[in-house]
Amino acid sequence: MSDQKPVNAEEIMAVIERNDTARLRAWLKTCMSCGLCSESCFFYLANDNKPEFMPQYKARVTLGELIKKKGNVSREQLQEMKEVAWGRCTMCRRCSQYCPFGIEIALMINIARQCMRTQNVCPDRLMTIDQSYVEFGNQMSIPDEEFVETCEWMAEEGQDRLKDLEIPIDKEDANIMFVVNSREPKYYPQDIQEAAMVMHAAGENWTMPSHGWEATNLSMFSGNLKVAGQVTQTLYDAAQKLRAKKICITECGHAYRAAKYEGPYWTKQPNGQAPVEVTHAVKLFHDYLKEGRIKLKHKFKEPMTYQHPCNLSRSGDLGAYGDGLMEMLCDNYVPMQPDAEWSHCCCGGGGFIPMGADYKKIRMVAGKVKAEQIKKTGCKYVLVPCHNCTDQINDLNKEYDLGIKVMSFKELICELMDLPPHMQPGDEEEAE
Amino acid sequence: MYAFVNGPLVWIAFAVFVVGSLWQVMSLYKMSKRTDKVFYDHYNPGAARASVWAWLMPLGSRPLRESPATALGFFVFHVCLILTPLFALGHAVTFEFNRGIHWPSLPDGLTDVLTLLFLASALFMLGRRFVLPHVKIVTEPKDYFVWCVTFLPFLTGFLAYHKMLLPPDQMLFLHVLFGCMMLILLPFTKLAHAFLFFLTRAFIGSEFARRGTKTW
Ligand code: SF4
Ligand code: SF4
Repeated sequence: MSDQKPVNAEEIMAVIERNDTARLRAWLKTCMSCGLCSESCFFYLANDNKPEFMPQYKARVTLGELIKKKGNVSREQLQEMKEVAWGRCTMCRRCSQYCPFGIEIALMINIARQCMRTQNVCPDRLMTIDQSYVEFGNQMSIPDEEFVETCEWMAEEGQDRLKDLEIPIDKEDANIMFVVNSREPKYYPQDIQEAAMVMHAAGENWTMPSHGWEATNLSMFSGNLKVAGQVTQTLYDAAQKLRAKKICITECGHAYRAAKYEGPYWTKQPNGQAPVEVTHAVKLFHDYLKEGRIKLKHKFKEPMTYQHPCNLSRSGDLGAYGDGLMEMLCDNYVPMQPDAEWSHCCCGGGGFIPMGADYKKIRMVAGKVKAEQIKKTGCKYVLVPCHNCTDQINDLNKEYDLGIKVMSFKELICELMDLPPHMQPGDEEEAE
Repeated sequence: MYAFVNGPLVWIAFAVFVVGSLWQVMSLYKMSKRTDKVFYDHYNPGAARASVWAWLMPLGSRPLRESPATALGFFVFHVCLILTPLFALGHAVTFEFNRGIHWPSLPDGLTDVLTLLFLASALFMLGRRFVLPHVKIVTEPKDYFVWCVTFLPFLTGFLAYHKMLLPPDQMLFLHVLFGCMMLILLPFTKLAHAFLFFLTRAFIGSEFARRGTKTW
């Protein structure tokens, strides 16, 4: 396009200088171009081992070039880099586990994304989402009132399933402040209802904030860390205002990573810790079952496998909790291979799902590795504790004819839990 | 010239090697104090040690277990690279002659075997760069250069000992020259991974441990 502004090398260099750390320098010096990281990457495996998909190469042709040229690249070059930085890497960090030096290619790709974002080179949908965060505080442009109404509606409707179901909004001094992915109020309000049912049944003292209820942080993936920091700050502020003991993130992967591990740095917290403890639905539900706060009628009978989301099981500390919860819920839990922190990315992460239709084909090709992992388990049920993984695996299901059903923990628990008599909806209404 | 190479140059090379490496480590350390808050917030000595140790073991890490042939090649290469010069009888004798300090050594026959193993594994590593597309695509001229810098001291040492190709004293001259080159270049090229390995692994070990995850 002719009306495009010329590339501003200074803005690119400002990002690079901000990220010029001793560890980045050490990585650039130590990489021996040994290629050991290649086979760790599902993009490489799914694309017939084409060398252009090996991790180090992807970092080299993006961040490497930007550093070498000191930001003096053309728009065309940036466009090519964009297809690599967003279209060939989900920042899943599996390659860091495979590199003998632990070089974090994902972080380099992230820095490259930040550089490009300053030039508005970024998948359009992600840039729109940045805007939506600024205007509405969430990725789906939902006004706070609408969110609160959805919760009220869901609580009321849920009383058919659980007597006196409540969704407390802005309750102070609660133990848990539960926050959701705005996809839930927008398309899947049932998710909110089910989470509420589980917490209610467990007798939890919990709440949801009327502002700061958005858990996702897709700006982390667009490379706009300023907005990413604002989103995190809003979350922390909400919890502090309500004096909640913990923030609990819904079944979403990157939201947990953003709030617990990256957010503290964006918002400059001392000691790199969030000001309010951050936990996740997987851990919360795990503890409810473990402590017997939730009882089951019976376990799930059919063989079921578990998708370990990268941001929970590799970049988060929840691998073992996911497995433990599966064991407690299922008679026949069949883990995928490789598993837990070594699990492959499904290709829904890194912003891929919200990047939309333009990137769907790439997603389906690269998702082949996950589709095969699932197929090998022979299971017809897959438990997926992350929204982006859910969308991706549902798409893979169609693409590769897997014939599976995807479930979330809250859905499964609601199906299996044994409610005490006083919580069971009575027959009074029916008698009327 | 001979006298310079066989005398002062050796000491200069050692000095450059030691001071250069220390300087690299210190400057990175100083920089990290300023730029790598992440590391100091989450440094976990246990995880750092475990991560280094696992990756020093031939099959200590999952990625290496998954590619045992490559792992074997790498380990033979590195073990021979360190043991051979350290315990070669010729080196020990020279050292004792010059400094009067006794240094343990391996019998010549064993050194010979180690050298051959080294040369073979080095050729294997070079071969990978030519044959495997995913290695070839990231290989740059400087990778070939550092390969030569490590290969030549061993080759010339072997040839000198077996009195092949050139008169032994000329070959020995080349051997010392290349050996010094390797020492001098080590801190300033990719060869610096010899000591940077410990820093980057300590970091990644801690960084993943913070998230309850292992890197081995
Ligand atoms: S990033 Fe690590 S594994 Fe990949 S080529 Fe470089 S040193 Fe080897
Ligand atoms: S972070 Fe994941 S997707 Fe990106 S290069 Fe590494 S393994 Fe591949």
